[in-house]
Amino acid sequence: RQQKEENSTPEPYSCYGHAPLAHLASSPDRRRGESRGGRRPRMFRNQYDTDVTTWSPQGRLFQVEYAMEAVKQGSACVGLRSATHAVLAAANKSANELSSHQRKVFRVADHAGVALAGLTADGRVLSRFLRNECINHAFVYDAPLPVSRLALRLADKAQVCTQRSWKRPYGVGLLVAGLDESGAHLYYNCPSGNYFEYQAFAIGSRSQAAKTYLERRFEKFNAYTPDELIKDALSAIKETLQGEKLTSSNCTIAIVGRKEDGTVEPFSMIDSKRIQEIIDSMEAADEAPAADVPAESSSMQEDRGDAPAARDAPAADEPAAPDAPAPMDI
Amino acid sequence: CRGAATGSTRTTAGPAWPSPARTTAWSPPTPASPSDTTSSRASTPRSASCKADKCVIASSGFQGDIKALQKNLAARELLYQHQHNKRMSCPAMAQLLSNTLYYKRFFPYYAFNVLGGLDSEGKGCVYSYDAVGSYERTGYSAQGSGSTLIMPVLDNQLKSPSPLLVPARDAVTPLSESEAVDLVKDVFASATERDIYTGDKVEIVVINKAGTRREYIELRKD
Repeated sequence: RQQKEENSTPEPYSCYGHAPLAHLASSPDRRRGESRGGRRPRMFRNQYDTDVTTWSPQGRLFQVEYAMEAVKQGSACVGLRSATHAVLAAANKSANELSSHQRKVFRVADHAGVALAGLTADGRVLSRFLRNECINHAFVYDAPLPVSRLALRLADKAQVCTQRSWKRPYGVGLLVAGLDESGAHLYYNCPSGNYFEYQAFAIGSRSQAAKTYLERRFEKFNAYTPDELIKDALSAIKETLQGEKLTSSNCTIAIVGRKEDGTVEPFSMIDSKRIQEIIDSMEAADEAPAADVPAESSSMQEDRGDAPAARDAPAADEPAAPDAPAPMDI
Repeated sequence: CRGAATGSTRTTAGPAWPSPARTTAWSPPTPASPSDTTSSRASTPRSASCKADKCVIASSGFQGDIKALQKNLAARELLYQHQHNKRMSCPAMAQLLSNTLYYKRFFPYYAFNVLGGLDSEGKGCVYSYDAVGSYERTGYSAQGSGSTLIMPVLDNQLKSPSPLLVPARDAVTPLSESEAVDLVKDVFASATERDIYTGDKVEIVVINKAGTRREYIELRKD
């Protein structure tokens, strides 16, 4: 039985390494009836996972953990930030070839946006909530809602659903990216109501590949230019596609930040033409895709070296690019 | 040809600083070349605010209510942009303003509004309101303290001749953008002479398909 417990998803707030109440397992589960008592292999999870308001003996809320599983099923999203800019990228997966892909990146305000993974319907509703919060704050205080407060409001809303028996947790993880007076920020909000600030993060299916890619580079991100951030975001998404070709139709990128001249570049999606240009220049620059093997440090050096050269090609487009998408090109 | 102007009253509850005159003038497209649709509008800095990029509101009356009303509309417009992925058209904003005003039918916004901009066909439009949301699309309008002085002049210059006249007179006299702006300046200069609340400065906002521009014209300061 302990083996089964250990195999379950590791949970940040579980502090027990073992099952202290193991001796109770032998008593039949009253709710399930006695017919199950003898034959069914007993897993602790199934006894305590009916309600979100039921604790397990290990101090876990299984419904919340299951909600976090739902996030892992969604297609990948990646976020990174420098001191002045934050970038969100999402891999677009459509249910089948005939349908369009789901929207995963939403503009929440001029200075902030979210990318989500998991139940996109929940994400849509939460985006609407965040938009309202930003509008109301701006109405009352005539100032943009700071990103940390935005993440906090979202987290509080998520927490409510973990403590009401008639609700269920939101099945969506959100990467909240935004710009405020203290610079660019990236937060990850879980269905559990926890949130953390990140330099770079990836969520969704196959996100571990992207996380590994980012872990190797994140220390340099603060000094990155917006273009470099976008390139790394695309590379990270490429990692999650695992062999599938990266094109502008299977990824979405959005950026927000403060430009060098001090003006704000509002949160906006980058249009697909420009994404394709960047992808093409990336492919021209590096022959091999960014390697997962950690030993390939020399090839990483090359990537870094090539990237500035490749950037010159789209640099001519760059002054036009922020203006090129229509204002509402979401 | 058409134009629209709004004058303004000094705020009833504000400090006794002289308030700039407010005027909104608007001229419609020339029929000969429908592609050159232009519209010109003027509104004062205190009461004008840009809603959609082709829609401007000018208000006169109580500044507190004006501010609240315009903030309200700005927030609703942002919400519209989020939901519909585009900016609000002028006719849509016109209806929204009317509904917002009527919502407070029994404790109204003390604001007399003129809305102007380009509609979805690119033609200029002017909407004129009372305090509780009754509105009408017109060719020109004036609101506020100087309106009684301005409106007759605009009627004289811009109103279509009666269709009952024989021989039939051409209903529409095209007004170019510069003619419209000049007319606006003239009516304001005239209103400033006799209306004590009108004067100091006028802000003229001109919206055409190329974009929006603003001019500030000095008026008599007495």
